[in-house]
Amino acid sequence: MASPTQKRTRIITDQEAENISRVEELAYEIKVNEVMTKDPITLAPNMHMREALEIFRQKRISGAPILAGKDNLVGILSIEDLIRCLMNTDLEASINEYMTTKLATIYYNDPLVEALKKFVATNFGRLIVVDQDQKMVGIITKGDINTGLLKALEYDYQEEEVRKYRASHLFEDIESDRTSLILRYNIKQGDFTTGGQASSNIKRALVRLGAPKQIARRCGIAIYEAEMNLIIHTTEGGVIRVEIESNQITIDTYDYGPGIKDVEQAMKPGFSTASESVREMGFGAGMGLVNISRCVDQMKLESVWGKGTRLRIRIFLDDRSKESEENES
Amino acid sequence: MILNELIEIVDGYLHNEKIDGSIQILGGCGADLMSDVLASIEPGAVLLTGLCNPQVVRTAVMADVAAIVLVRGKIPPPQTIDLALEEDIPLISSPFGMFELCGRLHKAGLPSLEKPVEGEQDCGC
Ligand SMILES: Nc1ncnc2c1ncn2[C@@H]1O[C@H](COP(=O)(O)OP(=O)(O)OP(=O)(O)O)[C@@H](O)[C@H]1O
Ligand SMILES: [Mg+2]
Repeated sequence: MASPTQKRTRIITDQEAENISRVEELAYEIKVNEVMTKDPITLAPNMHMREALEIFRQKRISGAPILAGKDNLVGILSIEDLIRCLMNTDLEASINEYMTTKLATIYYNDPLVEALKKFVATNFGRLIVVDQDQKMVGIITKGDINTGLLKALEYDYQEEEVRKYRASHLFEDIESDRTSLILRYNIKQGDFTTGGQASSNIKRALVRLGAPKQIARRCGIAIYEAEMNLIIHTTEGGVIRVEIESNQITIDTYDYGPGIKDVEQAMKPGFSTASESVREMGFGAGMGLVNISRCVDQMKLESVWGKGTRLRIRIFLDDRSKESEENES
Repeated sequence: MILNELIEIVDGYLHNEKIDGSIQILGGCGADLMSDVLASIEPGAVLLTGLCNPQVVRTAVMADVAAIVLVRGKIPPPQTIDLALEEDIPLISSPFGMFELCGRLHKAGLPSLEKPVEGEQDCGC
């Protein structure tokens, strides 16, 4: 028999989950210009690589924008470029031979999450921060983002009031523009007492955000079914992650086992592997996945037997949803 | 039908202290498996069920159920009552069984809010 104190390294704790979702929220709240390096050290394209090396070493930096003249941005030089140069023992070369001219820029008023997305997509070490006139106002690195987020978290713990303000501000943001809110919940296996809480919270959040009743209901039902499946059918529980955007709601649930042997069969109405004791609690009709598919606009269920299961669903907030609401009333 | 009328018809005991007795109950639905409830129930219904664990209340919240009636005089555990209070969902215990309850409410004019479940109904057994 497995001992209950068995280490569960892959599943994050509630506290960690809370911190993670807080960090994600902050990534939407904090703007690039709040954490960027203003007035970064810049170099000129005709300087020698040797000088660049010296400046990098003295100033302890790992990259610098290259300006031709006063403010004409022509490239960026990073440690990687310097290493290439060193390998060629070519320190007398001028910077413009080694600099990178492909520039990844980010708007100074964007939330950090936009910068994070660019880092993930491009693999660049730093982004040039520009203002509305495409003029460089600073640079931002992954390190800047980490420091900024950590500072904000620390500040958070001290300033309850500020946190409240932030939260309400965040909701306004979502209602009004392109940014999104991410909610994340860690679901415990076998927890029938608090089970369903995540779905309730999500549904409530949607109603508060002004989602139409019908949408909130469809989301609630779909997430509840997914949540109960994590509670009932997994070995270690799992995670629900919800992203609320102005035009759609995306829900991602995943767990690390036991997986589903035959996904097609699992999707059939009435198919269930639930035990008798679970049925006594009101589950195991074999209708959960069917209900989910009826409530959502897109659904993808993937599973590897012995590994885990991932369910991704999406609900659109556009005309289609309005249509079904009309049918309903 | 309003909540107070319903409580009278089912000879029910209301577990919530503060509840607006004038809320409208649009219809009814009876089921003991939560996914069956979620598959078929329409908003604003009273849910008649033989289960009394907290998940009944969760399910009711998800499906916009207007009130819950526990059949056969079942007294729910404290967690269920607490959750019903928290979610502000009327939770009622009735001494009658499921069939009797459906009959009484239907006779009093309460329509069914169990919408037919479309699609293939291969029950898999
Ligand atoms: N996350 C999961 N991990 C492993 N197996 C799963 C998972 N989700 C679903 N299944 C399998 O798919 C089957 C069908 O799931 P579905 O939600 O449709 O019905 P159910 O959970 O058995 O009953 P109901 O949802 O009606 O209470 C389950 O019985 C189980 O075997
Ligand atoms: Mg299920």
